[in-house]
Amino acid sequence: MLKKNWPVVALIALLVAGLVAPLATGASAVGFYVEVLLGGLMAGVLYSLVALGFVLIFKASGVFNFAQGAMVLFAALAVARMAEVMPWWLAAALAVVIMVILAWLIERLVLRPLVNQEAIALLMATLGVTYFLDGFGQTVWGSDIYEINLGIAKEPVMILDRLFQGGILVNKEDFVAAIAAAALVAGLALFFQKTPTGRALRAVADDHQAAQSIGIPLNRIWVIVWSVAGVVALVAGVIWGAKLGVQFSISQVALKALPVVILGGFTSVPGAIIGGLIIGVGEKMAEVFLGPVLVKAFDLAGGGIENWFAYMLALLFLLVRPEGLFGEKHIDRV
Amino acid sequence: MQHARKIGEPILTVEGVSLAFGGVRALQNVSFDVREHEIRAIIGPNGAGKSSMLNVINGVYHPQDGKITFAGKVRQHVDPHEAAARGIARTFQSLALFKGMSVLDNIMTGRNLKMRANLLLQALRIGPALREEIEHRAAVERIIDFLEIQAYRKTPVGRLPYGLQKRVDLARALALEPRVLLLDEPMAGMNVEEKQDMCRFILDVNDQFGTTIVLIEHDMSVVMDISDRVVVLDYGRKIADGTPDAVRNDQAVIDAYLGVSH
Amino acid sequence: MLYRENGQFKTTYAADQQMLPIRQDQLFMVALVVFAFAVVPFIASDYLIRAILIPFLILSLAALGLNILTGYCGQVSLGHGAFMAVGAYAAYNIAIRVPGLNFLVVLVLAGLAAALVGMIFGIPSLRIKGLYLAVATLAAQFFFDWVFARVKWFTNYAPSGSVSVPNIELFGFVLNTPQRKYLFVLAIVALFALLAKNLVRARVGRSWTAIRDMDVAAEVIGIRPMAAKLSAFAVSSFYVGVAGALWGFIHLGSWEPLAFSITLSLNLLFMIIIGGLGSILGSFFGAAFIVVLPILLNQAPTWLGIPMSTSMISHLEFMIFGALIIFFLIAEPNGLARLWAIGKEKLRLWPFPH
Repeated sequence: MLKKNWPVVALIALLVAGLVAPLATGASAVGFYVEVLLGGLMAGVLYSLVALGFVLIFKASGVFNFAQGAMVLFAALAVARMAEVMPWWLAAALAVVIMVILAWLIERLVLRPLVNQEAIALLMATLGVTYFLDGFGQTVWGSDIYEINLGIAKEPVMILDRLFQGGILVNKEDFVAAIAAAALVAGLALFFQKTPTGRALRAVADDHQAAQSIGIPLNRIWVIVWSVAGVVALVAGVIWGAKLGVQFSISQVALKALPVVILGGFTSVPGAIIGGLIIGVGEKMAEVFLGPVLVKAFDLAGGGIENWFAYMLALLFLLVRPEGLFGEKHIDRV
Repeated sequence: MQHARKIGEPILTVEGVSLAFGGVRALQNVSFDVREHEIRAIIGPNGAGKSSMLNVINGVYHPQDGKITFAGKVRQHVDPHEAAARGIARTFQSLALFKGMSVLDNIMTGRNLKMRANLLLQALRIGPALREEIEHRAAVERIIDFLEIQAYRKTPVGRLPYGLQKRVDLARALALEPRVLLLDEPMAGMNVEEKQDMCRFILDVNDQFGTTIVLIEHDMSVVMDISDRVVVLDYGRKIADGTPDAVRNDQAVIDAYLGVSH
Repeated sequence: MLYRENGQFKTTYAADQQMLPIRQDQLFMVALVVFAFAVVPFIASDYLIRAILIPFLILSLAALGLNILTGYCGQVSLGHGAFMAVGAYAAYNIAIRVPGLNFLVVLVLAGLAAALVGMIFGIPSLRIKGLYLAVATLAAQFFFDWVFARVKWFTNYAPSGSVSVPNIELFGFVLNTPQRKYLFVLAIVALFALLAKNLVRARVGRSWTAIRDMDVAAEVIGIRPMAAKLSAFAVSSFYVGVAGALWGFIHLGSWEPLAFSITLSLNLLFMIIIGGLGSILGSFFGAAFIVVLPILLNQAPTWLGIPMSTSMISHLEFMIFGALIIFFLIAEPNGLARLWAIGKEKLRLWPFPH
């Protein structure tokens, strides 16, 4: 089996090698390395949250929701602006309602009319939704940078300074983010496995027609799925916004989540998490350690590796294992 | 049955072919041959593996075991376009027509293998490229005449009724000028008149062009009427092989169709 | 009454296979070409030519290229901005390193460079399709964004990372007036459109459409998927590379790396969706739409007497854009070209109701 899958094994070996290289070659102090690693993991958590929304929608309806990123930012903006006039938890609750309504509108107005079209038409429709939400969001909520204040201290904390010389700087917010993400994933897992609605969602994801034939109402399921994705988007948006400030830029969010889903597999929740962590760590490592090496070797005008690293990694995965680490293989029957 | 050409030596031989999808065994150790110029039917209950057998012959599926000998060359598996290049054409049960094109263009794609002009000449549409377009258009028109679909040549295939679409599928396969033609249920979903027309076309193809025909068919009267020899599959295994009369009276075949457990 | 085929019988296959078999269409095309070449340069203002006509023509060429790949051959690409960049930077580097080379030769070489890159990034299409392929092309987009920003050789070690080009000189004429630039671009685009129309009607074009419609069936009749897909990538990237070179040299004059970002790629995609996938004419419609719409939206508030800030206008643009994409996908997935075809059908019956 190892021999048959040699491209995947080779790729993973390459990644692991890249991961340990900075330590092994002594190019970096251990403490600094761990800091970068943790930073990468934290970024990865953010990616995972956005990718989770993609996976949920794709699992249940086969639609690749390019608008997920725009939904994340729309939710974040809603919370940020409403929190200026009310406590943040109330703003978040209202935002949930807004996201559910948004989900329903998207399903009704955009997806249902296109239900028989091919995947690429749906992708482009969600691209249209992205553009629309971008303009609409900025019209309603404004186009400056806004803050989300969750009441967590913003100064980084020094930990483990007995283990590593100088200690490691970690952000409290990142901790909260990681915990929130873990809670979300656990909650979703419970939802899918234990509740009837969750089971219905899994049935729909498996086979639309079969699910319909046992009486599962497809449209209602899809609204539920989009609403859940909206809530996930909200969590991602709040965490992201608290960390980096909230502003619109289409490129950043949705586009970074695509490689995550490629790596993890379009239909896998654990894949979205692990894929996100791999991309997050990979990017940071590449930027911090690989970047300077390339700049020196090729006399480059600066870094910016992280702009394309995720995509190149995704491309490599597409060539050796298109279904991702945890996705399902697609068989064409004639 | 009288043939214009005498039935010749085996042109296509299937030996020990086994095919499985995960746990599902579609074909198990199937062997038979097809002689040149004959009409060979493959029959059997639903799920017997008939379509899979055709798919193996022209390379759409790759068997785990066994080999195919065609026109002297032995291979375990080929790619579909290789099979086409070597002279095997086929139609599909579920009509694999190019929905975005007209009837004429669909059949013209069947001439692709025979057209040679390079990209630049095609872009300028001069010289060999232009001559080829006209020459092959003439060939395609002959096929259109043969199958009597002249009135529909510019119609997008998606708009045609099912029976006519089946004829276009056949026309496209004929455009390859194949030595062996694999027909997957060419008469499925047709009424009596359409079936008679299709029978006539198949016999004409075999008579006029000498094409060897392998067809999957459920209508027993058709099978008995037009085929020279019959292979019977059941649950992926071959259970009978011979003339229509011999097969019709074979106990194993009768059991298979009646669903007697074995 | 006017638009009828009555009496126009074709007696040879050659006549039946002409690009414009109906006489009225032929006359219309001749009139259009004459108008574009001989009349427009004299009646159009400099602003119209510089701000609308030239970008429209160049983007039509790029849209044509993308349509060949995505509309005719069904291979999605979200990274065509990168291939335009390859064309532009290739043309720049060739022009400054081999001075005195005829600009037409530079254009062809730039196109070939883009075609080569396109084919390389098209290789994944042999194993992956649809969505996955779109992601692979995005890899090309971001990678080349970075390459042209960071690898100093491409910008000739310019400190700011921008490049600028002098006016083009061709056979003794310097292209320094809008009218001359317009005529040059028009000639190239007209030629390329003709070549494209021929290609999609020829063997290779049919193989593209066959792969798009049902690739398994295409293989079964002898079309090699690799040949069809890579040729689509090559031709498409060639067109887009030439368009990129024209964009940089004639329209922009000077540019930074982000001139060819993903926004451009997405705009190209929208052009062919709105204009009509799989239609040469549609590429022109789509390009016209995308070029004219922002200008209309910019001017509309003043015409209507409603005051609006520029940022508000930009937001509105995004909203209308997004809504139109969705509208076209739902209402007329075959785009403006289909609406045009329906219009012509109605014209056949005019003035009779049916």
